[in-house]
Amino acid sequence: MEATYNYKVVRQFSIMTVVWGIVGMLVGVIIAAQLMWPTLTEALGPLAPYLSYGRLRPLHTNAVIFAFGGSALFATSLYIVQRTCQTRLLSDGLAAFVFWGWQLVILLAAISLPMGYTSGKEYAELEWPIDLLITVVWVAYAVLFLGTIMIRKTQHIYVANWFFGAYIITIAILHLVNSAELPWALAGGSWFKSYSAYAGVHDAMVQWWYGHNAVGFFLTTAFLGMMYYFIPKQAGRPIFSYRLSIVHFWALNFIYMWAGPHHLLYTALPDWVQSLGMVFSLMLIAPSWGGMLNGIMTLSGAWHKLRTDPILKFLITALSFYGMSTFEGPMMSVKTVNALSHYTEWNIAHVHSGALGWVAMISIGSLYHLIPRLYGREEMHSVRLINVHFWWSTIGVVLYIASMWIAGVAQGLMWRATNLDGTLTYSFAQSVAAMYPFYAIRLIGGAMFFAGMLLMAWNVWKTVAAGKAVNDARIPQAVTA
Amino acid sequence: MTDFAGSDFSEFWHYYIAAFTVLGILFSIWLLSSQTTKKLAEGEQAEALAPTWDGDLKELNNPLPRWWMWMFYGLIFFGIGYLVLYPGMGKFAGTLGWTSFQEWKDDKDAVDAEFDKVMGPYKGQDIMTVAADAKAREMGQNLFMTYCSQCHGSSAQGGKGFPNLTDAQWLFGGSPEDIQASIAGGRIAEMPAMGDAVGGEQGAREVANYVLSLGGKQHDATLAAAGQAKYAACAGCHGEDGKGMAIASFPDLTDDAWQHGGSESAIAQSIIKGRKGGMPAQSQASGGMLSDAKIHLLTAYVWGLGGGKQPATPAPVEVMAAPAEAAPAAY
Repeated sequence: MEATYNYKVVRQFSIMTVVWGIVGMLVGVIIAAQLMWPTLTEALGPLAPYLSYGRLRPLHTNAVIFAFGGSALFATSLYIVQRTCQTRLLSDGLAAFVFWGWQLVILLAAISLPMGYTSGKEYAELEWPIDLLITVVWVAYAVLFLGTIMIRKTQHIYVANWFFGAYIITIAILHLVNSAELPWALAGGSWFKSYSAYAGVHDAMVQWWYGHNAVGFFLTTAFLGMMYYFIPKQAGRPIFSYRLSIVHFWALNFIYMWAGPHHLLYTALPDWVQSLGMVFSLMLIAPSWGGMLNGIMTLSGAWHKLRTDPILKFLITALSFYGMSTFEGPMMSVKTVNALSHYTEWNIAHVHSGALGWVAMISIGSLYHLIPRLYGREEMHSVRLINVHFWWSTIGVVLYIASMWIAGVAQGLMWRATNLDGTLTYSFAQSVAAMYPFYAIRLIGGAMFFAGMLLMAWNVWKTVAAGKAVNDARIPQAVTA
Repeated sequence: MTDFAGSDFSEFWHYYIAAFTVLGILFSIWLLSSQTTKKLAEGEQAEALAPTWDGDLKELNNPLPRWWMWMFYGLIFFGIGYLVLYPGMGKFAGTLGWTSFQEWKDDKDAVDAEFDKVMGPYKGQDIMTVAADAKAREMGQNLFMTYCSQCHGSSAQGGKGFPNLTDAQWLFGGSPEDIQASIAGGRIAEMPAMGDAVGGEQGAREVANYVLSLGGKQHDATLAAAGQAKYAACAGCHGEDGKGMAIASFPDLTDDAWQHGGSESAIAQSIIKGRKGGMPAQSQASGGMLSDAKIHLLTAYVWGLGGGKQPATPAPVEVMAAPAEAAPAAY
């Protein structure tokens, strides 16, 4: 039998990326509306407690990061590792286990978070039984991915796989260390409540070492892996510089690890840790931008394609947002700037220029490249609709970010404004009231981005319906240099 | 466990942190310089590397973009400079001797000195005089918005669970002294759960109607009659007539000031489950954050909201600076 690629698991994760994208962003739109109309979901009577802002907010973040982003990463990494190692995945059984295991994690999150089960750690809210399940699935994924690299037919490991490898290993360490917790059941309490193994400022530091590197490795390193495959493929151009990829890969992984303390500036964290966090965050601009440069410069000689190819538009716009937010982040970690920006909507702007502008747009572009190939089609059902999706998303993100920037700076300035007698000019409630126009614009921007996902779902549906699942993609003979 | 701060910092951790920081920065410099090559000459093409993946994936090997490389070096050297000037490498405090505590303290001292200039003069005046001063009232309102409005509301009319400060009904007294004591030292109030004592849900409803009847409010006469005997469990604190006991801060049940709601169901709820309430102490002496001068202004503001009572003893007649002079002209 001729050797073929395992496209089944890639297809499964690709479709679920669209599904979870819609779910996660819908929850985002709901909580954005709740900030406008706080009593919005109270009319639902007995359901209302499960749909309150405090319960839905972690559901939104988990769904978007781990269900939408996670599925996109599983789909693309398992596709790329096969295509660039020119070998089938290590094990079809393990691949199926990773898919169903991860869907179970998402399902349990979607049930337990609205019910109020939480460990209280941001982006690590899931309780300990789910943490254990995540660990098992993640180890299976690591074996599957790294094992496939071990049996590769090509001599060199393609650069995208370095990034996926770093992400898989680091996320394992982050998850294990930050989720170290004691089930309350050991002391006779509930089976679904646990307490962190760390206390006080140590706990805060471990949490933000995790939190920042979850952004760093889940949402940056891994998506750079995606970028390193789909941009050269879609542009039909070689990667700009191998040398640049070496420097920025190692520098990014090394320096990111130090940056967590910038989430805790002006807190009980000792001064020296705050300084280190700030200094290394600033250094991080360069390795972050290295990835953007390598992606954008890859387009040299193919710039004209940006005019006609909406997929490339998604990919390159994603890199632009990436470059913008990886500059903004280090700036916000400067103590003086942080004194203004911390705890304001500016953070929300920053997070969404990363999450919508970078993570979602690079994933959407990659999926538009990937899905026709998984279903034996030349291209998506409607290329025009990709273009429409691109503009809706871009305008949506810009409305979102710009409104939250203005809101954040306004908030920061209102909080610090003082009267001549030294008293605060504005009460907290006044600063909340000033947010309404910006909340409205944000809701519109977010709803546009969400609507774009619905367009995508329809386009994917039509593409899949008229196509046929490809299960016989032949593996070409590896060319050894 | 070590706190990694101050004197608790062991030699080992100091060197461990400092060494990793220095090595980390050296690693970054080495990494960058190891991949630094000459610029391409005019018209020179970047080297194309041999390997091909997945049919058509190739890599060029362009030199590092110059501006990017220099930016990276620049950021590294900024980092080194910062770590010389500021704390970062373990116990090494940095040549500037800066600490976040000192920065906060300097800022606070400066601001407090400003406050004192403006607010200090009012401290010598009695509350009612301050309350009559327009500028003092404005400052009091600013302070109220900052420190009090979260619970008592912007208009000071309270809300469920939080007392209205504008009526003349006071749980802990409405004289200047009482208000000042409430702000400075805080207050704690508790009513025990009385559900069992009055015979459960039905009993609580009956007592609630009896309580409503004491205040001459609309009530169900049959239920109220049934509740009268059970009210004995309440009379110890609230009195036979429901007027409470002001001296012990037991609330009057016949007025309109219902902190936890005055409907039949809300009263029954209070009876069944009891209530706990508290206002945190605000004075620095009690662990709060307000200076005596601020508490003085706040007291006058709250007293002047409309519900303030005359002091128990007349204000001491002293020779005080005229308010017009006391209030700084610069304000």
